[in-house]
Amino acid sequence: MSTAWALVTGCAVVTFAIKAAGPIALGGRALPAWFASIVALMPSALLAALVATHSLANGDRLEVGPVTAGVLVSALVMRRTGSIAWCVISAAVTTAVIRAL
Amino acid sequence: MPRERFRAGARAAVPFALAGGLLSASFGVIAVQAGLPDLAAIVMSFVVFAGSAQFAAVAIIGAGGSLGAAIVAAALMNSRFLAMGIALAPSLPGGVLRRAAQGQTVVDASWAMAMRPDGTFDRHFLFGATAPQYLAWVLGTVIGVLGRGVIGNADRFGLDAVFPAFFLALLMTEARHPHSRGVAIGGAAISLALTPFTPAGVPILAASVAALWGLRSRPPA
Repeated sequence: MSTAWALVTGCAVVTFAIKAAGPIALGGRALPAWFASIVALMPSALLAALVATHSLANGDRLEVGPVTAGVLVSALVMRRTGSIAWCVISAAVTTAVIRAL
Repeated sequence: MPRERFRAGARAAVPFALAGGLLSASFGVIAVQAGLPDLAAIVMSFVVFAGSAQFAAVAIIGAGGSLGAAIVAAALMNSRFLAMGIALAPSLPGGVLRRAAQGQTVVDASWAMAMRPDGTFDRHFLFGATAPQYLAWVLGTVIGVLGRGVIGNADRFGLDAVFPAFFLALLMTEARHPHSRGVAIGGAAISLALTPFTPAGVPILAASVAALWGLRSRPPA
């Protein structure tokens, strides 16, 4: 098998296993109150981490760049319009324009 | 009604599917540039369906890294799905195989949108929200692979800003909990503090620790 196909197979297997692990181990059980109160806040923590690492870091270096500016503009657009489409488009356009300068 | 909830999820996910399609088009371009055959790049989106993991794995192969390093990077990028799967687990009925299969429908946007205020999940909404995102992800990759000559360098169009803007929109839409803002700032701070010292993906998983703040505000038992 070539490296490319081994990569595709390997990534598919680990992704399947990771996504299956929680539901297999803990599925169908009742939800204790403390568990629910943590879970309810997990999207905020995980999504904020995704935003931060993709707009303020380049690999393992912290960095402010065109993407940072694009994401800042998209936050303002999202607040004003509430539109996910405009939010995403404004981020891409801002980043592209700054790179083109 | 399961069918109505599925449809509601599908409708709610359309904007995220469109943004994901843009992203996967840039993945298609980058994957082929990194040396993957056209078919392998498309099949990867078809069977892996995890954006950040795919980008990380292909970047490592493209830079001459080893197969093992690429797969480990993909696993680390996906490690947040461990946390999401644990959160979702109590809402999934059925036997082990059925739960494992249902767990495959977790992607960030669907998972966040399908959560109810009490921390349980509307699983039919989750399945419905993932369906258009999956279609767009595969289709976008096909467009990127076949149209790479026209698209060229995806960064020129600012497509690398689509991913964080997508999650920011989701964060601003879904953060309804009274402590959301503080936890979001905490999660961002943890991830940035760890970025210089840990492999990609670990800072994101570690950020879930910020959700422990929820223990302070738990309702009386």
